[in-house]
Amino acid sequence: MHLITARTQLSPNVTRLEVVAPRIAEIRQPGQFVIVRRAIGAERIPLTIADADRQAGTIALVIQAVGKSTRELVALLPGGTIQDISGPLGMPTELITAGRALCIGGGVGTAVVHPIAQGLQRRGVQVVSVIGGRSREWVIFEEELRRLGEVLVCTDDGSYGRKGFVTDVAREVLAAGGVDIVYAVGPVPMMRAVANLTRPLNLHTIVSLNPVMVDGTGMCGGCRVSVGGETKFACVDGPEFDGHQVDFDLLWDRLGTYRTQEQHALSLHEEACRVGLKT
Amino acid sequence: MKERLAIPRQAMPEQDATDRNRNFQEVNFGFTEQIAMLEAQRCIQCKEPKCVAGCPVMVDIPRFIRFVAEGDFTAAAQSLLGDNALPAVTGRVCPQETQCEIECIRGVRGAPVAIGHLERFVADWARQRGAVPAAVSPAVSGRKVAVVGAGPAGLTAAGELAKSGHDVTIYEALHQPGGVLVYGIPEFRLPKRIVDQEVGRLQQAGVKIECNVVIGRTYTLPELRERFDAVFIANGAGLPVFMQVPGENLKGVYSANEYLTRVNLMAAYEFPQADTPVLLRRRVAVIGGGNVAMDSARTAKRLGADSSMIVYRRTRQEMPARAEEVHHAEQEGIRFELLAAPVEVLGDAQHWVTGLKCVRMHLGEPDASGRRSPTAIPNSEFTLECDLVVVAVGTRANPLLTATCPDLKLNRRGNIEVDTDGMTSLPGVFAGGDIVRGAATVILAMGDGKRTARAIDRYLATKR
Ligand SMILES: Cc1cc2nc3c(=O)[nH]c(=O)nc-3n(C[C@H](O)[C@H](O)[C@H](O)COP(=O)(O)OP(=O)(O)OC[C@H]3O[C@@H](n4cnc5c(N)ncnc54)[C@H](O)[C@@H]3O)c2cc1C
Ligand SMILES: Cc1cc2nc3c(=O)[nH]c(=O)nc-3n(C[C@H](O)[C@H](O)[C@H](O)COP(=O)(O)OP(=O)(O)OC[C@H]3O[C@@H](n4cnc5c(N)ncnc54)[C@H](O)[C@@H]3O)c2cc1C
Ligand code: SF4
Ligand code: SF4
Ligand code: FES
Repeated sequence: MHLITARTQLSPNVTRLEVVAPRIAEIRQPGQFVIVRRAIGAERIPLTIADADRQAGTIALVIQAVGKSTRELVALLPGGTIQDISGPLGMPTELITAGRALCIGGGVGTAVVHPIAQGLQRRGVQVVSVIGGRSREWVIFEEELRRLGEVLVCTDDGSYGRKGFVTDVAREVLAAGGVDIVYAVGPVPMMRAVANLTRPLNLHTIVSLNPVMVDGTGMCGGCRVSVGGETKFACVDGPEFDGHQVDFDLLWDRLGTYRTQEQHALSLHEEACRVGLKT
Repeated sequence: MKERLAIPRQAMPEQDATDRNRNFQEVNFGFTEQIAMLEAQRCIQCKEPKCVAGCPVMVDIPRFIRFVAEGDFTAAAQSLLGDNALPAVTGRVCPQETQCEIECIRGVRGAPVAIGHLERFVADWARQRGAVPAAVSPAVSGRKVAVVGAGPAGLTAAGELAKSGHDVTIYEALHQPGGVLVYGIPEFRLPKRIVDQEVGRLQQAGVKIECNVVIGRTYTLPELRERFDAVFIANGAGLPVFMQVPGENLKGVYSANEYLTRVNLMAAYEFPQADTPVLLRRRVAVIGGGNVAMDSARTAKRLGADSSMIVYRRTRQEMPARAEEVHHAEQEGIRFELLAAPVEVLGDAQHWVTGLKCVRMHLGEPDASGRRSPTAIPNSEFTLECDLVVVAVGTRANPLLTATCPDLKLNRRGNIEVDTDGMTSLPGVFAGGDIVRGAATVILAMGDGKRTARAIDRYLATKR
């Protein structure tokens, strides 16, 4: 059982929870994630460790409410508990130790980019972050990232920062030169677009993949992705890979495996909430 | 004696095949007291019992069976539990026909004594009456032992070590202890409550179980060595093997591990009451011929598939599955497509599975291992229509833990090397079960757990 000590609403559908998990807080590294099972009977879902407070023994989970499991998680309040948290899982991010890094975060991916930027900054790497959202209220982690370096914000509707997509702004930063590596985390189409942008520049680009996972220990093979023509298990070999080698079409396709069932579960959940069986 | 020899082998009462292939309740009901006593009388109480030599943990078979024949079930339970920590499990899942029962003298002319069914009867009788001897905690040794993995090897070792007075902590990666017994073997063969009870007994005996701890991630092996006087690694052989044929990443292709984990551990058969989904399809093809393949095919049927078939490259004789499972699968309407080897998984424009392209195989002469090796017949391609494929062609050692400890000596296949005591190349670090043997059996894993626990006890006594 893991106690929730704080809850913050970051954007209309993104919530940050601070959860007690001392061992994970102590040793987690950028790029690593946990597998969370909210309660008995609930699904095991992977979530990135967005931040950690060793003193308090807590980790920060930043959750976008997309389906039943994530909606139930963001409905938890301080004082509530999460049944199981396993981790830290996955390979730590491959961090450069000198130079200048471009960190690109789209939507909830910005929270995943944050620990990477933290790790880079600690090693003395100069960090430039490009983050974006639909409109002003959807931009998250801006302040945290500003503490680590320059931040360029954009919104689809131009209500805050530049108008446009993160790739538009990233293109300009890249054109100006002086970038040694790119880290990009966000929706699959965004990561694919970034990889396409940096491929002709031959600029090393690391992306974080989000396939469906069950155990997170290499036991089920459900998280398999194709990288450089080879099958990899994202939970143990990743979740971060060379963006120029990733088969994004396959990832995108496999993410749709349970769409019908997920929608069914969600509509039942919404119905239960509506009639007041659940909150 | 004459009368004894005249008793026929008693059949196991079971759920009707056409009912049971639609539910997840246990197939076998178990013997009644009367049937058990009758079956027990078939044992002629050999002076030099061959059956015992066939059992990897040397259960004193004639002894417990004699008590059953006499109707003294309490004594039978005491005798059995002294030799075997999980008889309710092994009575259900041991491949008896190649271990104890194949050696039974009664099998020479006629049917062997139903040792497995009797074992199960005694274990269940004791469990239901709470007549399982209470765990005793002896004098505390002051020594700490870490066990990695709560499968049959880890659980057995932990129980033995606790009996010797050591302070034992099991670290388990998943949220529930039991290993393959809870995530792999389905409810209809091994009800989860049996494993839960056993785990509860261990906890009563003072064994600590920490779930959600992945050794190699949450703690490393060197860290465990610092904090504990000895370590027993029993993390199984959980890495699924795929066939490496085109189309294996299509939607609708599962490893058996994933398919069974979703259904068993995560209770996906109750979706949407349980949150984890599993794909429900009409025509399911399961590739492989072992217990894992049978479990997957029978699970598919229970999830409502119209047709569920086993695709295997050899023939029935070579199938490594327990005879009872193959028999039950046939009764439940599982189709067997034998001498067929998949070469490609076919898919539609939306990347969903539509079929399995196979080649016909032919069995050659027996090879060094004594098995007839299959070779493809040229130009024999054919297509099996299906919309779900479950790959059950084996598992290998998961490198997650071993990769974080390069000093640990492995063999070519990634399994941990151990000496006759079960000790690895690192002093004080022992290993057993599937991580040492490769995918094997529950009883062999338990045997390793028991033997290695004794070796650990000796090791701790000599240390300091
Ligand atoms: C390594 C990794 C790190 C992640 N980090 C974060 C994070 O920090 N914050 C965040 O909000 N989300 C993160 N995700 C995605 C998150 O796990 C999914 O959004 C979540 O599982 C959806 O569950 P659901 O029941 O709410 O939605 P559902 O309705 O079940 O599914 C919605 C979509 O989520 C994906 N999904 C469903 N089940 C799983 C599963 N078991 N594993 C992975 N994806 C699944 C599928 O694309 C699906 O179509 C991460 C995923 C991975 C693999
Ligand atoms: C579907 C299926 C059906 C089977 N049917 C039969 C049968 O009928 N009869 C039979 O005798 N055998 C059967 N077997 C084989 C048998 O289950 C195994 O041989 C046996 O379980 C091996 O025991 P073990 O303790 O070595 O490993 P496992 O049972 O695999 O347990 C290992 C445990 O370690 C945990 N673990 C793994 N890595 C780590 C880590 N890094 N840190 C912490 N914990 C970790 C795992 O989560 C797991 O709980 C079957 C296997 C399967 C998959
Ligand atoms: S443990 Fe297995 S092999 Fe040994 S007697 Fe029991 S059923 Fe037979
Ligand atoms: S070999 Fe058969 S008959 Fe003889 S003791 Fe064993 S079970 Fe009984
Ligand atoms: S989540 Fe099961 S192998 Fe990666």
